[in-house]
Amino acid sequence: MSDIVRDDRHTAVDIKNLEVTFATDGGDVNAVQGVSLTVRSGEVLAIVGESGSGKTVTAKTILGLLPETAVASGAVLLTGEDVLTVGPKRVRELRGTDVAMVFQEPSTALNPVFTVGWQIAEGIRAHGKVSKKEARKRAIDILSRVGIPDPETRVDYYPHQFSGGQKQRVVIAMALVLNPSVIVADEPTTALDVTVQAEILDLLRRCRDEFGAAIVLITHNMGVVADLADRVAVMYLGKVVEEADAKTLFADPQDDYTKRLLGSVPRLEARGHQAAPSADAEIVVNARGLEIEYPGRLGRAGFRAVKGVDFTIAKGQVLGLVGESGSGKTTIGRAIAGLTRVTGGSLEVLGVEMNGVHERDFKPKRAEIGFVFQDPASSFNPLLTIAEAVAEPLIVHGRAGDARAARARVDELMEAVQLPKAFGDRYPHELSGGQRQRASLARSLALDPALLIADEPTSALDVSVQARVLELFAELQSDLGFAALFISHDLAVVNLLADRIGVLFHGDLVESGPNDQVLGAPEHDYTKRLLASLPVPDPSEQAARREALRALTRQA
Amino acid sequence: MTTTLAAAKDRRAPWFSRLPIVAQLRRSVGLQRGMLITGIVICLVFLLGAIFAPIIAPYGFGQLSDDAGSFPRQAPPSSDHIWGTTVGGYDVFSRVVWGAQTAIAVVIVAVILSVLIGVTLGLVSGYLGGWLDRILVVIADAVYAFPSLLLAIVVSIVISGGQSSLVGGIVAAGISITVVFVPQYFRVVRAEAVRLKSEAFVESSKVVGSSTARIMFKHVLRNATRSLPLILTLNASEAILTLASLGFLGFGIGPTAAAEWGYDLNRALSDTASGIWWTGVFPGAAIVLLVLGVTLVGESLNDLADPRLRTRRRAKRRKAVTSASSDPAVGDDKTPGSTTAPEGGRA
Amino acid sequence: MLRRAERPGEHPTTVSGDDARRRANERERDLVTVLNDTSPTAPAVPGPSQGKTKGGGLGRYVLIRFLLIIPTVFILVTLVFFLMRVVGNPITASVGGRLTPTQLQERLHAAGYDRPIIVQYGEYLGQLLRGDFGTTLTDHRKISDILLTYGGATVELVFYALIIALLIGIPLGMLAAYLRDRWPDVILRVFAIFTYATPVFFAGLLLKLVFSVWLGWLPLGGRASTRIELALGTVPNPTGIYLIDALRTGNSIIISDVLLHAVMPALALGLITGGIFLRLVRTNVIGTLGSEYVDAARSRGVSEVRLVRTHAFKPALIPIITVMGLQIAMLLGGSVLTETTFGWRGLGFELQQYLSARDFVAVQGIVALLAVIVAVTNFIVDIVAAFIDPRVRY
Repeated sequence: MSDIVRDDRHTAVDIKNLEVTFATDGGDVNAVQGVSLTVRSGEVLAIVGESGSGKTVTAKTILGLLPETAVASGAVLLTGEDVLTVGPKRVRELRGTDVAMVFQEPSTALNPVFTVGWQIAEGIRAHGKVSKKEARKRAIDILSRVGIPDPETRVDYYPHQFSGGQKQRVVIAMALVLNPSVIVADEPTTALDVTVQAEILDLLRRCRDEFGAAIVLITHNMGVVADLADRVAVMYLGKVVEEADAKTLFADPQDDYTKRLLGSVPRLEARGHQAAPSADAEIVVNARGLEIEYPGRLGRAGFRAVKGVDFTIAKGQVLGLVGESGSGKTTIGRAIAGLTRVTGGSLEVLGVEMNGVHERDFKPKRAEIGFVFQDPASSFNPLLTIAEAVAEPLIVHGRAGDARAARARVDELMEAVQLPKAFGDRYPHELSGGQRQRASLARSLALDPALLIADEPTSALDVSVQARVLELFAELQSDLGFAALFISHDLAVVNLLADRIGVLFHGDLVESGPNDQVLGAPEHDYTKRLLASLPVPDPSEQAARREALRALTRQA
Repeated sequence: MTTTLAAAKDRRAPWFSRLPIVAQLRRSVGLQRGMLITGIVICLVFLLGAIFAPIIAPYGFGQLSDDAGSFPRQAPPSSDHIWGTTVGGYDVFSRVVWGAQTAIAVVIVAVILSVLIGVTLGLVSGYLGGWLDRILVVIADAVYAFPSLLLAIVVSIVISGGQSSLVGGIVAAGISITVVFVPQYFRVVRAEAVRLKSEAFVESSKVVGSSTARIMFKHVLRNATRSLPLILTLNASEAILTLASLGFLGFGIGPTAAAEWGYDLNRALSDTASGIWWTGVFPGAAIVLLVLGVTLVGESLNDLADPRLRTRRRAKRRKAVTSASSDPAVGDDKTPGSTTAPEGGRA
Repeated sequence: MLRRAERPGEHPTTVSGDDARRRANERERDLVTVLNDTSPTAPAVPGPSQGKTKGGGLGRYVLIRFLLIIPTVFILVTLVFFLMRVVGNPITASVGGRLTPTQLQERLHAAGYDRPIIVQYGEYLGQLLRGDFGTTLTDHRKISDILLTYGGATVELVFYALIIALLIGIPLGMLAAYLRDRWPDVILRVFAIFTYATPVFFAGLLLKLVFSVWLGWLPLGGRASTRIELALGTVPNPTGIYLIDALRTGNSIIISDVLLHAVMPALALGLITGGIFLRLVRTNVIGTLGSEYVDAARSRGVSEVRLVRTHAFKPALIPIITVMGLQIAMLLGGSVLTETTFGWRGLGFELQQYLSARDFVAVQGIVALLAVIVAVTNFIVDIVAAFIDPRVRY
C-alpha cells in the first residue's frame, strides 16, 4: 500500500509505474512499460493510442482483469488500495462497487441466455444480500436512468431483443448500478454506428456529471476524445508519450507521435475545387431502380438490402458511398463486382446488364474490375505468397503463364503501392495490416482496371496507417484514372477521396451529389444527422457541433 | 482468421518441424506437452509391435500347436505361453501382438477411404451449394445421428455376409467404418468450405474471374483440409473401437484369418465366470492402450489448434515470483481460466 | 475496430437443429463456436426489427424441427433397405450357403424377394407407415412385438446409464474447466479418455471379474435372479421396466435384487458416456468462460464459482444438450454391446441373438425401429435446447 497519503477525495485511480508483460508464442511482450497516470473523480481521462499501444491492458489492470499469461508490477491504487496486491478476494469486492467496466462490443458483453434484469441483479447481489424484488427494482431504476424506454417490461428482455445502441446502454447500466467511483470504458462506441455513438457519448457524459464517476476512456478515435475527454494521455508502444488536458493537447501537441496522430485524422473540410467530369463522359456503372434482396431461410421473408437505388459512375470518377451498418452499401459494391445477385431494377457495369447476367458473359469484363476488401486479415490466401496472390489476375486472364512469369509485372505493382519488391516472397501473415491492404490494392490494379471497388479498405487500420493508404489510393487514382466506388462508414474518409458522395440509409439512397454539396449543404435530415454526429478532433468545435446535433434531434 | 495465421506461422521453419505432429510438439508446453508425448510414445510402441509382429510373437495368430504338440486350452500364464492360452487353444500373447497389425491395417484402410470420399464430397457440396448440397447434408446428418455401430453392422453384413478372409476382412471392416466416418469428414470439410467461400481471398479470386475449379483446388481445398490431421487421429481411435465392437459381435475377422482383439474378447466373455482372466484382460488392455495413445495425441492436437484451449507459457518473470510466494492456487476465491495477475505484483 | 460487413443473408439467428447437431466424439470444439458464432455474427443489421419478426418463432421452430424427423427416418430406412437388398438379400446372406439353388429360389419367392426392387421398397415403406417393421425369419415374431417385450429393458438400462453419465459428466466437467490445466484437470481428462478408450464389453468383463467372480458382491449378469424374475412375471400389467414392476410389488428383496443386477451394466455403459460428457462440458465451459460476458460479469464482482456454475454453464448448455442428444442415440448402440456382455435381455441382446442366427430380416427390422427412436430422441433434445436458448424462443 502507498505510503504517500494523497488527497484521496480527488484521486480515484492512481497508477504508478505499471509494467505488464505477456507470454506469447513469439516470446515475452512488454505491453505496458512504466506507465503512471492519475484520474480524479468527476473527470474523464482518455487514453488514446493505436493497436498495440497497451491502452486496453492498462485499463484492464485497474479491474485486475488480466489474462493468466500476463504479469504486472508497479501499483494501481484504487481509492487507496493497490489492486495488484490486495488479493483476489478484495479485488472481487472492489469490482462493481469501486470500479466498473464498459466493454467494446455490447453484443458479446451480455450473456445471451439471461435476461438483462437478471444480469444487472447479479452485479448487485454479488455485493451483499439483496432480495430478488429489491434487485429487480434497482435494475428497472438504472435502466430508466440510462434511457431504456419502458424499463418495467424490458427488464425481462434478453439481450438479442435490444438494438446495438440499447445493448450498450444496458452494459453502461450494469456498470453504474452500484455507483462505482471509477468507470473504465474500453472503446465503448467503436462497434456502434456514428449516430448511435453520439448518443452513447452523451450518456457517458451524464455518468460523469450526474453520477460523479471518474471515467477512464480507452479509444483510438480522436473525435471521441475531443467530444468527451477532460484530460488525455497518449500511449505509444506501451509508454505514455504525452499527457495534457484535452484543449491543450489538440491545440498544441508536444510529442512528435501525438502530432503525427492528430495529423492523420481525416477531417471534414471542403476540398475546394473538383474536376467535375464532363457530362458526356463515358458511364462505367449505371444503376436504375437497383434492388437487391437476400433470400430468407425456410420460407421466411427475404431481406431487402437495397430498395431501388439510382446512381452512375463516370469514367475516372470516384463515387463515395456512405452509410451505417445495414444501409446496403457493401451489398451494392458486391453486386457491381458480380458477387451478389441483382434482384430488381437495372445495374449496368461496363456495358453488361447485371440483372440476370450469366457468368459467361460477365467474365471477360472481370479483367476490368478490381476489388479491395475490408478485412486485411482474410484478403489473402494464407498458403500463397504475396507475389503468387498478386499474380493471380494475370494468370487467370492469360497475361502470364504462371507466378514466375508474372513476377516482373508483380514487382512493378509492388513498387506502385510502395511496397519493397522482396515482400512478394513473403506470406500474408508476415505483413502488417496496412501492408496487406496495399498488396490488396496492387492485386486489384494488376490488370489496369477501368473500375475499382473499395469496400471499407481502411476501416480495420489504425488511423496513421489509414492516412497513408488513403493517400496512396488518391495518388494511384489520379495517375491511372480508373473510376472507383469507395464504400465507407466514415464521412471524413469518403470526403478525402470521392468526387461525388451518395448517402445510403436502410437501403435507400437518400442523398447524392458533389462532395461540397452533400457535406456543405445537406438536404436530407439523415445526412444532416450523420454529419452532425461525426465527432471532430477539436474540443471546442466539437462542443459547438454537439449543440447543433441536439438542436437537430429536438427538431426531429 | 487467428487460427489461419497461427497455422501458417511456421511456414518458414525447416520442413521437418512443420510436419503436423512435430510442429505441435514444438509449440506445446507443460502438462499438454506431457500428454502429447505420452500419446506419441504409446502409438509408436503399437506401430512397432505391428510391424515387427512376426519377430515379436512367439507363435502365429492361428497356431494351435508346435513341435511339442497341441497347445493346452485355457492354460494360465506360464513360461511357454507368457499370457496363457484361450479356450480355443491360441496363445494369448501372440494374438495380442498380431492383433495390433490387424487394428492398424483396418484403421489405415478406413481413414484413407473416408478421407478421400468425405473430403471430395464436402468440398464440392460446401463450395458449390445448391440442391446437391442440401441432399447430401440431410443424408449426412441422418447417418451421423444414427448409432455408428448399428450402421457398421449393417454394412458389414452387406459386404461380407459376416464371413471373411484376412484381406477381405480388413477391407470389409475398413469399409464398414468408412461409411460411419464419411459423414464426419464431409461435415467438417463442408463447414470449412462454406466458411472459406465468404472469406475475402476467395471472393477476391472470384472477382478476378478465376474458374470454379481453380478456386476450389487452389484456395479452398488446402485451407479446408488443414484441421484434418486432428480429426484423423481422433477418428482413428474410434475406428479401433468400432473394429473391436464388430469383432465382439461376431462380425470381425475369423480367428484363422487374422488376430482380432474384439473377437478374442467375445470368446473370453464366458471365461470370466470361471475366473479365467488372462484371455480377456490382455486383448482388452491392448485396445484401451492403443485408443488411449491415439486419443491423447488427438486431444492434444485439438487443444493446440484451438487458441481458447491452449495453454501458453506464462511470462518469464513469474518463475521468480512463484518460487517466493507459495502455490497461487491456494485460497478460497482463486481465479481459474484467466484474469487477475495479483501474484505477479509482489515482485 | 473491425466494422462488420453487412450481409444479412448469413446470420444464424438460431442454433438450428441441424447445424448444431454433432456427434460428441467429433470435435466439441465446433460446438463451442456454435454459440459464440451466433452472437457476433447475428448482425445488428436491421437492429430493432429483429425483435418484431419473431412472432411465433418457437412454434415455427418446433414444427420445422418436427417435420425434419420424417426425412431423417426416411433416409435411414431407405439406406438400410437398399444396402440389404441391392447388394444381396437377407435370405441369401443368411442361409444361401446351406441351400441348393432351387431351395433358395423357393425361399426367395416365398418372401417376395424375386420381385422388382422398387415394388419391394414401396411395399416396405407402406408397412413401415402402418407401424409394421417386418417379421423375423427364424422365429416368425413381429418386430413390433419384440419392441414391446424387450424395449422396457433397454429403456431401463439406458436410463440408468444416462443418470450415471450425467452425475459424472456435469460436475466433473465443470470442475475440470474451473481448474483447467492444473493437475486435477489433467487427471480428470485422462480419466475421461480412459472411459472413452475402454470398450463397453471390456469394462463389463473387468467389472464381472472383480465384483462377481473375485469379490462376489454382484451378480454376473441378467436382469434379475431367476426366482425374482418369476415373481415379477406375476405382476399384473407388467411395464417391462423391472424397477417399476419391483416397486409395485413393494418387496424390498425384489427391489434390491433388481437394482443389484443393474449396477454393473449401468456402470459399464454410463462410464463411457460420462467420460464423453465430461469432455464435452469441460470444453464448452472453457469456451464460455473465456467469453466477454463472463469477463463482464467478473468485472462486476461476481464470484468465480458462480461464474463457472451459472454465467458460463448455462450458455454452454445449449451445445452440450445437443450433443447429449446424439449421445443418447449412441447409448442405444452401446446397449447392444452392454446387453450382450451382461446377458441383459433387451433390444440389443435380441439384435445380437438375431445377428448370430444370421436372421438379417430381423436385424433390418430392429435397425429401422431404432432409427425411428433415434430421430424422435433427437427431436426432443433439440426442443429442450431451444427452450434454454432465448434466441430461439423469442
